[in-house]
Amino acid sequence: MLSRTAENLFWIGRYMERAETMARLLEVGYRMAMMPSTGTGYRNEWESLVIAAGSQPGFVEKYGKVARQRDVESWLFYDRDNGSSIMSCFESARQNGRAVRTALTTEMWDALNGAYLELKAIERRPRSQAQLPELCDWTKRQGALFRGSLEGTHLQNDGYDFLSVGSYLERGDNTARLLDVKYYVLLPTTDMVGGGVDTYQWTTLLRALSAFRSFHWTYGSEYNPRKIAHFLILNIACPRSLLHCQDRVGRHLERLSKAYGHSNKAHARVQTLLGELGAAEIDTVVEEGLHEFLERFINQSAALGQDVADGYLFGVN
Amino acid sequence: MATFNEMYDGETVRPAYEALNRWVNSTPPELLAQKKEEAEALFRRIGITFAVYGEGGDTERLIPFDMMPRVFTEAEWRKLERGVKQRARALNAFLYDVYHRGEIIRAGIIPADLVYHNEAYEPAVVGIDPPRNVYSHIVGIDLVRTGPGDFFVLEDNCRTPSGVSYMLENREIMMRMFPDLFKSMRIAPVDDYPNRLRRTLASVAPMKCDGTPVSVLLSPGSFNSAYYEHSFLADQMGIEIVEGQDLFVQGDFVYMRTTEGPQKVDVIYRRIDDSFLDPLCFRPDSMLGVPGLMNVYRSGGVAIASAPGAGVADDKAVYIYVPEMIRFYLGEEPVLNNVQTYKCGEPEDRKYVLENLKDLVVKEVHGSGGYGMLVGPRSTKEEIEAYAERIKADPSDFIAQPTLALSTCPTFVDEGIAPRHVDLRPYCLVGQEVHLCPGGLTRVAMTEGSLVVNSSQGGGVKDTWVLAD
Repeated sequence: MLSRTAENLFWIGRYMERAETMARLLEVGYRMAMMPSTGTGYRNEWESLVIAAGSQPGFVEKYGKVARQRDVESWLFYDRDNGSSIMSCFESARQNGRAVRTALTTEMWDALNGAYLELKAIERRPRSQAQLPELCDWTKRQGALFRGSLEGTHLQNDGYDFLSVGSYLERGDNTARLLDVKYYVLLPTTDMVGGGVDTYQWTTLLRALSAFRSFHWTYGSEYNPRKIAHFLILNIACPRSLLHCQDRVGRHLERLSKAYGHSNKAHARVQTLLGELGAAEIDTVVEEGLHEFLERFINQSAALGQDVADGYLFGVN
Repeated sequence: MATFNEMYDGETVRPAYEALNRWVNSTPPELLAQKKEEAEALFRRIGITFAVYGEGGDTERLIPFDMMPRVFTEAEWRKLERGVKQRARALNAFLYDVYHRGEIIRAGIIPADLVYHNEAYEPAVVGIDPPRNVYSHIVGIDLVRTGPGDFFVLEDNCRTPSGVSYMLENREIMMRMFPDLFKSMRIAPVDDYPNRLRRTLASVAPMKCDGTPVSVLLSPGSFNSAYYEHSFLADQMGIEIVEGQDLFVQGDFVYMRTTEGPQKVDVIYRRIDDSFLDPLCFRPDSMLGVPGLMNVYRSGGVAIASAPGAGVADDKAVYIYVPEMIRFYLGEEPVLNNVQTYKCGEPEDRKYVLENLKDLVVKEVHGSGGYGMLVGPRSTKEEIEAYAERIKADPSDFIAQPTLALSTCPTFVDEGIAPRHVDLRPYCLVGQEVHLCPGGLTRVAMTEGSLVVNSSQGGGVKDTWVLAD
């Protein structure tokens, strides 16, 4: 397969996943903002969203230091100046898809192109008619549609693996960022751990990750930040947990090395990462500091992405 | 000027359209309107759009698709086929000649200046023998019709004629929407075109290629207006669509970058202009090409279709001499006529053109796609005067032709079915054999009375049917 094609597929996976995360982030912010006692810390929850989305400098430059809901909504949903906004993600995913139109099934292209066309229509609607929860649901639906057509129609060949590596790398990274939002919101009020607001925030996070009910199934009804952190970081059964995502990245890389008959740096790194994650205990993670742990994960994940690019996507191996 | 209506001869329906006419008469107008909407939704969904240069905003526009097909009888088509193939052979013979001994110039038939000082002439390929001596592998001949047996060639496209994806998709959509029509009429299929194109490309693999030739389609990328067509064709042929950055030269060959390492490429079906092919040979600022490609081409390591330099044969000034080429190289009389053409570079012609601008169509010699042309009868006095100044400033850049009474075909418009002017571009493949696909792209001017059928100027497209006897 052409290296550029693999690269395009990899980025389609990443952008589609990222769009979904932006919707989930916005949902977290929206729900948290409805809590009476937040927003009083030196960082409000809207600002934490922009930080977690990794796009604070651009936001501040455009909208100023104070993060208002409307501005954050614009920034994360509509704004083309923000390369990670839902708008930018869907446009980039489609652009990547258009470049490899023939490597996609009709259903997958329909999902990419359909999302783009509908988004154009949404953009033309007055903002008062575009409620945030509805937009978030719509975005998640597009992601599901795309994933469904990928799983249901695409040949499970190297292209499928490259797209999946992109998706899971991005998803792991994104879960880490979402967890980090929680950290930022909590920062000024550590004394409230275990209080009503704290619990509400944790459950909001679960809801945003569509993991509320599965958490119950797994851990019973008692909420506790440690359990939730365990669930989202170390529980391989949770489809958005860091371990699960790395495991999937590892599996798809493994399939590629089997198909091509050789492996590269990426394979070594993912094994190391998996080893570390698999051996980690939630108590050590919390002791190390959740924020520091997540930051390290995000950096390692980025390095893995670079290894994949070096190994396959530049075509000079 | 009387206009030839391809469907009606006065009150009578011509034989080609009899079956179609029965079908239209028996189908309720509401159903037709509904089908029209379906067709548009299908096109949008599949993603067949066409970017229009020089406009902001929505750069991906849909070409209007007209559901009324254009129909040729087998006899009508046989003549066209003979004419187009003859022309494609002559044009290729001409290209070989001008990059070798230049016999036609020595014989005094074509002025040396016109060829050797032509912008499209590539001194870099002089003396190179492309495989099978073919330069133009896909020849698109633009034709208009003015009477039952009267076809005129408007221009030749020897480089990378576009639009063939519309021919294929139009047919696909028509078959999906009107299966009954296809069952009751015997319409020659066009869907083996991609397969034949693939075979044509493989048949011109270079000498150095041992084993099954690997062909690729070289595209400028997804921002190009014809990108849909590039990816469609590559897909249908089952070959990779590559951009310049995907290819590189190493030693005597061209390779593409793949996830499994470099893979040798034997035939490049390029959809980029000569000047962008190789920054080391042509434009040094080209980001689209492959450095060193021409060296490999010269030494027979790779074939390029169309061959670099093929453009000199479809120049609008060279066009005038094509009938002479046919006589010179093939010893035959041309089956298809040229349109009377005035060269503004020649004083007498220029005088006539400037005095008769209101009756003429004037084109830039190197222009394409209907950009920058003047349609005298449809232009205001001011437009004509402004254009006259352009001609005077650089006369040899322009040619002029009388406005032809382009034939009309029934077309769906807001008011119902009405005649609209059409032209035709059939596609001829030249490799081991010469083949004309039985069909083509019929373009239609959607505005009443308009003669400009270019898609960049709001023209639409129709499916083109050749009936089997």
